[in-house]
Amino acid sequence: MIVGSSKSLQTDNCQLTTDNYSKMKLTLKIWRQKNAKSAGKFESHQVVAEEHMSFLEMLDVLNEQLISERKEPVAFEHDCREGICGTCSMVINGHPHGLMQGTTTCQLHMRHFKDGETIAIEPFRAQSFPLIKDLVVDRSAFDRIIQAGGYISVNTGQAPDGNAIPIEKDQALDAFNAAACIGCGACVAACPNSSAMLFTSAKVSHLAQTPQGEIEAQRRVLGMVNQMDEEGFGRCSNVTACEAECPKEISVTNIARMNREYLSASLTSDVMK
Amino acid sequence: MNWFTKFLTSSIGQKLVMSLTGLFLISFLVVHLAGNLQLMADDGGVAFNTYAKFMTGNPVIKTISYGLYAMILLHAFQGLALWFKNRKARGSEKYAVKVTRGADGVATSAAKQMAVLGTLILAFLLIHMGDFWWAMKTEAVPMADCGGEPCQDLYTKVYASFKQWWVVAAYIVGMIALAFHLRHGFWSAFQTLGWNHPKYTPAINGAAWVIALVLPVAYAAIPLYMYFALPEMTTVPEMGGIFGS
Ligand code: SF4
Ligand code: FES
Repeated sequence: MIVGSSKSLQTDNCQLTTDNYSKMKLTLKIWRQKNAKSAGKFESHQVVAEEHMSFLEMLDVLNEQLISERKEPVAFEHDCREGICGTCSMVINGHPHGLMQGTTTCQLHMRHFKDGETIAIEPFRAQSFPLIKDLVVDRSAFDRIIQAGGYISVNTGQAPDGNAIPIEKDQALDAFNAAACIGCGACVAACPNSSAMLFTSAKVSHLAQTPQGEIEAQRRVLGMVNQMDEEGFGRCSNVTACEAECPKEISVTNIARMNREYLSASLTSDVMK
Repeated sequence: MNWFTKFLTSSIGQKLVMSLTGLFLISFLVVHLAGNLQLMADDGGVAFNTYAKFMTGNPVIKTISYGLYAMILLHAFQGLALWFKNRKARGSEKYAVKVTRGADGVATSAAKQMAVLGTLILAFLLIHMGDFWWAMKTEAVPMADCGGEPCQDLYTKVYASFKQWWVVAAYIVGMIALAFHLRHGFWSAFQTLGWNHPKYTPAINGAAWVIALVLPVAYAAIPLYMYFALPEMTTVPEMGGIFGS
């Protein structure tokens, strides 16, 4: 569009800044559970949201409403609210992080819902992600998988030190794409087997493809897969639901790479146990 | 646990067992089909009976067949163990609303149902083995003439079975389950082996479609052909098997 006179621009802007946003009346069917021991159930709440709100802002509206009614607000996790911390875990209408692909719950906007819609909101459900309260689950199993090898043992310096090592472009890109994993756990939540292969493989792929990480690649993959199994995650059956729901669109080619790495590390490394 | 046991019982090791046994079983399906298509030779069963005599008499093939039974059992039991493990990993509280989307519609739907499809195929196998293999091992099968030499008349046995509509129906159900199982299984076997590559994955997926369509359709063609295209049997042979005659 050719930008017209400043007057029409002004008019456009004016429209944007008025509060003429469509309001939407929503029914939320939301999972409430006091703690891991007590039984949970769905609770229905009406909320009036605006279409430019993020999903979490809509939940904020609900919680303010609950607080003013002197009721317990819904517990949900959030931190960055810009798609990088990976804490805003919940299943919205059957999809971890909602229907949109490549976004987290905090990046999901209410304009993707319809006025009058009923939205089901549940916690991530997996044996290895025990529920803490309402929508909050304990994802520390992921931390323990990282502790089992998802690191480089020596000090690799600051960014300039990293940039001083030339890495082939495609490999660098592949490593970077894998490094985009924010450890949110949506892959586990989406998987019919509750498998953590996408997460673990993203970490394995990220580090194995950089010169600093390559040195420990064999021990790393053995340790991380072992921990992943010990945490009780399910066995991947290549459904690929993880890739479809991952907010960072991590590819299952990383799982294939981890399989290769694991097979060769098991058969050829000098790790005897 | 020694490293090898640990490797084989790890999540990736268990999947490796599924992958390798699965690929072996697919290669068996191809060989088995090539032999059985002789049932449609329209020569009164000479080609098929001669082939069956060779297959049951040859010691090398006998040894391979025991390997095959072992592979089927391994694939089935490992599959069952994985199903239990995954059910447990899912936890006790189920989603009220859950949508599973994946990279490929058909493969993803099949992937979710691999255990059910596998069970259907196993049930089919039991019927199939009970009807032919068990009957052949335990009963006196009438003899026929294979180019001057005597041989068991398995052709007539198969013919008699495939003239019964419920046997034909059971085969078709079995083959539909097999088609879906193969569509996902073939691709999945390569993914488990770590063979996911921009150069080869499209070809592997293409081959999965071909295998999933051609093998079951060709297998199903045999009972359909015998049921619809061949004349009713004039003398029904006295033979047992679980479907009898
Ligand atoms: S792989 Fe994707 S879905 Fe899984 S933890 Fe990482 S970012 Fe989340
Ligand atoms: S709150 Fe940080 S990713 Fe959503």
